[in-house]
Amino acid sequence: MVSLLDIIGPVMVGPSSSHTAGACRLGLLARGLIGGTPQSGLLQLHGSFARTGEGHGTDKALVGGLLGFRPDDERLRDALQIAEREGLDYKFEKTTIADAAHPNTVRISIELNGNKATMLGSSLGAGRILVQEIDGYPVEVTGNLHTIVLVAEDRKGSIARITGILANHDINIATLRLTRKERGGDAFMVIECDEEPDRKAGEELRALDWVRWTRRLDKVSGG
Amino acid sequence: MYKALADAIRDAERDEKSLAQVALEAEARDQGRPIQDIRAALKRALDVMRGAIEKGLTGDLYSASGLVGGDAAKLRQNPNGPLAQTAFRDILTRALAVQEVNAAMGVIVAAPTAGGAGVLPAILTGLAKAKSVDDERVVDGLATAGLIGAVVAERASLSGAEGGCQAETGAAAGMAAGAATEMLGGTPSQVGHAVALTMQGTLGLVCDPLGGLVELPCVFRNATGSAIALAGIEMALSGITFAIPVDEVIDVMGEIGREMDVRYRETAGGGLAATPTGRRLAKERLYQIKRADG
Repeated sequence: MVSLLDIIGPVMVGPSSSHTAGACRLGLLARGLIGGTPQSGLLQLHGSFARTGEGHGTDKALVGGLLGFRPDDERLRDALQIAEREGLDYKFEKTTIADAAHPNTVRISIELNGNKATMLGSSLGAGRILVQEIDGYPVEVTGNLHTIVLVAEDRKGSIARITGILANHDINIATLRLTRKERGGDAFMVIECDEEPDRKAGEELRALDWVRWTRRLDKVSGG
Repeated sequence: MYKALADAIRDAERDEKSLAQVALEAEARDQGRPIQDIRAALKRALDVMRGAIEKGLTGDLYSASGLVGGDAAKLRQNPNGPLAQTAFRDILTRALAVQEVNAAMGVIVAAPTAGGAGVLPAILTGLAKAKSVDDERVVDGLATAGLIGAVVAERASLSGAEGGCQAETGAAAGMAAGAATEMLGGTPSQVGHAVALTMQGTLGLVCDPLGGLVELPCVFRNATGSAIALAGIEMALSGITFAIPVDEVIDVMGEIGREMDVRYRETAGGGLAATPTGRRLAKERLYQIKRADG
């Protein structure tokens, strides 16, 4: 459904909603995976991101997102210098991720104190984004809602337990997707929530001994 | 939100409301938000638009490539132009100002996109100033513009990559013309004619930016798009009607966009981008950006 405020908006740093605002949101989402500004980041640009990214400030927007700047933050313009000051060691590479990949795609590999994450995402236009892969797992995250990603042992009753914890924290689930690489292998869950999951809910999920890894992803777009 | 402007116009005329009011009510229903909240968000957008105009008029702004910049100031300062002291020239100046801010990585409102972000603020704030229109009615104008843009998004496209420049500055001009027509006292049906009269003038416009950058000709297309919108407003407010209904004009814009060769849809493979000079400038300037970022 088209909203008036999608048409009259977003408020953003120029010049391109896809190459600048969308790129910034991808950086912001990646940052959320490790819960802070990374110490190092490899940004592999594909397609139009690689060809026209520099002229559109895609590099500044991606790094700005990793620093926690939102699409309307004027510091995006100086993000590369700010990254140096804040000890974020970034590197860009041009690559071909797949012939069929969306033209505005980036793979972001980041690390903070040994905590690593890899994310593959695209900017779809008008500032909208789609994350397709986290740590090699196929996902679909838009950043329009607060999202929890979680890797758990493939066992019975795990969904009931997890949704129970969220319900106890008064968090309503908007969508839930479950995938696994093989039977008995790791299960990968993407849970979109209407409310922002508090830290305590995250800790309870992490405390489950069959949950290998979990991260909260911030809501980075939408009203 | 409405999927046809004809439906919104019918509801507005039946209930004796403005299109802005009808649009705000539909948005409140769709999003479950009070109208007051939506108006507040639109007012914030208006403030950002004004900020961008101000910055573009006073600042000495250049894009990373250096391909565009400094032209809003030229237009503003030239004392001898045939349109000196007119709202028309003030509006062209405002459109360039916003786009120069955009190209220089300043803050703008994508309305409907960043590439077409100059037209709506230029027309609404320029005419509001010339005709002493208060902010409440300018905010109404943004709501009407949002309604028109939503219908274009639904029936055609708002993306240069999908529909060429007719879908970006063309749509922006249609939105601005309809919004301003209502802001200046036009009826809902005159708003429809203003959009049709404006968008018929941008049909077929290709998206051909040098090097794929939102700079050249994008900055100037916002000025010329504003000029076409002003023609649409003037004609509609004079009672001129356009025989093809506005929703059909929007549909045909979508159809032309789908038929348009990919070279003319933001890929820099055709149009001005592919001229000998366009190719040479893009190559030189992209190299320059790379060196500057070092």
